[in-house]
Amino acid sequence: MSPAIPVPRFGHGSRVPGWDEAVDLTKPPATVPDPATTPVPDELRAAIEAAMAKYPERRSAAIPALHAAQQVHGWCSPEAIDQVAAVMRVTPAYLSSVATFYDMFWTEPTPRNDVFVCTNISCSLRGADEFYEAMVAAAEGSDDVNVRSFECLGACDIAPMASVNGEYVGPLTTEDADRIVEDLHAGRPVLEHKQLRYRASADPGVAADSDPPGESAESEESSE
Amino acid sequence: MKLLFEGIDEPGLNTLPVYERRGGYEALRKALAMTPEETLSNLTDSEIRGRGGAGFPMGRKASFLPHGDMDKYLVCNADESEPGTFKDRELMQKNPHRLIEGIVITTWAAQINRAFIYIRGEYAHQADILEAAIAEAEAAGYVGENILGSGHSLKLVLHRGAGAYICGEETGLLDSLEGKRGNPRLKPPFPAIEGLYNGPTLINNVETLYTVPIIIRMGGKEYAKLGTSTSTGTKVVSVSGDVQKPGNYEIELGIPSRQLIYDLAGGPFEGREIKLWFPGGSSSPVLTKDDLDIPYDFDSMAKAGSMLGSGAVIVVDDTHRVLDIAYKVAKFYAHESCGKCVPCREGTNWTVKMLERIESGEATPMDLDIMASVQDQIIGNCLCVLGDAMAMPIGSMVEKFRDELEEEIEAARERAGAAAIEDVVPLGVADEYAGPLPVH
Repeated sequence: MSPAIPVPRFGHGSRVPGWDEAVDLTKPPATVPDPATTPVPDELRAAIEAAMAKYPERRSAAIPALHAAQQVHGWCSPEAIDQVAAVMRVTPAYLSSVATFYDMFWTEPTPRNDVFVCTNISCSLRGADEFYEAMVAAAEGSDDVNVRSFECLGACDIAPMASVNGEYVGPLTTEDADRIVEDLHAGRPVLEHKQLRYRASADPGVAADSDPPGESAESEESSE
Repeated sequence: MKLLFEGIDEPGLNTLPVYERRGGYEALRKALAMTPEETLSNLTDSEIRGRGGAGFPMGRKASFLPHGDMDKYLVCNADESEPGTFKDRELMQKNPHRLIEGIVITTWAAQINRAFIYIRGEYAHQADILEAAIAEAEAAGYVGENILGSGHSLKLVLHRGAGAYICGEETGLLDSLEGKRGNPRLKPPFPAIEGLYNGPTLINNVETLYTVPIIIRMGGKEYAKLGTSTSTGTKVVSVSGDVQKPGNYEIELGIPSRQLIYDLAGGPFEGREIKLWFPGGSSSPVLTKDDLDIPYDFDSMAKAGSMLGSGAVIVVDDTHRVLDIAYKVAKFYAHESCGKCVPCREGTNWTVKMLERIESGEATPMDLDIMASVQDQIIGNCLCVLGDAMAMPIGSMVEKFRDELEEEIEAARERAGAAAIEDVVPLGVADEYAGPLPVH
């Protein structure tokens, strides 16, 4: 017989918090915020209404609307959620349930600049864990850089890589960490020579298959 | 010969004038000159199998949609999140109009009037490019009301996700697109009968739809001659990890895997050797260096006990420990499990804990059997295959690298100063609390 392992428990006997109180049925259920008492910035309202118009059902706009609100408020604050709820005519609880599910919504105040470091398999084989540590160290002391390890960002060809405010950069070395912070503070494009958007295809057949730019138009015309 | 990657690096290919100069939207004109049935039979004849992971024949999937005037939907799954996969990213970024053309042709074939592209939120640059391309296509009359005078209308909307692997699962994606948490749904009813907004819905991967204009241009029967008899056509394969030239390579299905990893991706670095590789993203059971001569197609991979999945080869060389790879895989799925089904939610987290136990020196070789049995209990017991996607690679690693993991356990115990295994588990004595005896 192995001895019973003591399990930490709450006062109510459960290992999970929050089960010791019944729902208060006298309180009003969650309601849609009153548009009259919930001021919403005009731009945000326009963005949410434009999103709602795109879908057959307005609830589909929850993610685009939260993206827009997060851009305005910096995070999905209770105030931001209330504003979206008032425009979308849904309960704030519903929006909280959505915001807490997805990795790109912040439910706590976060610094302005996002640095997502991919630490999934392909990147970590190439040293992403070391880069992540270097990035955390580089961002220490600056309160506007939000470094986070992220699951596969879909750019294993430039591993190890990071997404800096949505811009994919790589392959990175630990020296690049300081440069990223510098570029962010200077307001420059981040590591421009390492940005994914300028990268050519790795497939050797592509270069062999296509004419050099500029000549392709002429050769097509001459063949006609 | 490049089909998917045709002229992909040409500057400005993401704009309409360059795309049209390269023969863009010609396939759409050709399709609209045919009847929807003829267009669909071209897709069926091509025998193209879905490029997203499951490998289901695309033409058959489209033919499951009921006929009639109800609201039907096409959803393009651009939520490419499978670790190791980055093919759709390059295709969308460099040639977005080809995808739009494929979507319009497919909606014509299946008589659908509303389409959505669900792109993962992290692909901000690609989403901007697609949005601009959709606007261009709308202005030119390729998308919208009465497309090129055919009477066919299509409303196409780009939807950005917000970072959740599970939204790549088709029913999770539908819930997410409806504005909810991305929890998978019970199947049946399958999306073809009851999907988005309870309407019949066709869901296809980016690469599948991107291939459609090529199929129409070549003719379905002609396209079917490419590749092998059961895996037709060409495919973009993402090769990453410990190779010299990671990247996307377009291959004809059925070439030897060795050619893909060594000739195209440059093979492992000097003085290193391949230890294991994932043939189809981190969800596929691992293969070893003995399996390098298996042809790279759907059926050969299935026969070898793995799968082609999304077509993402991750190569791991002998400088890495299997334990670390298993831990990364398990950690990923534990993080991404949506929590709806118990076997997946608990199984992924327990697997992580058991792997941590190995590292901290608390484990015995029996843990490997328990871990394997946990994997067995996940597979097939959930609404979607996220749990299976962890169970299959972890199970295969325990099976194929058992010796290494046992050495790892011993070494970790020694480091931690734990009692030698013989003292803890007397051989031949079953411990009713520790599960079954190790099978040797």
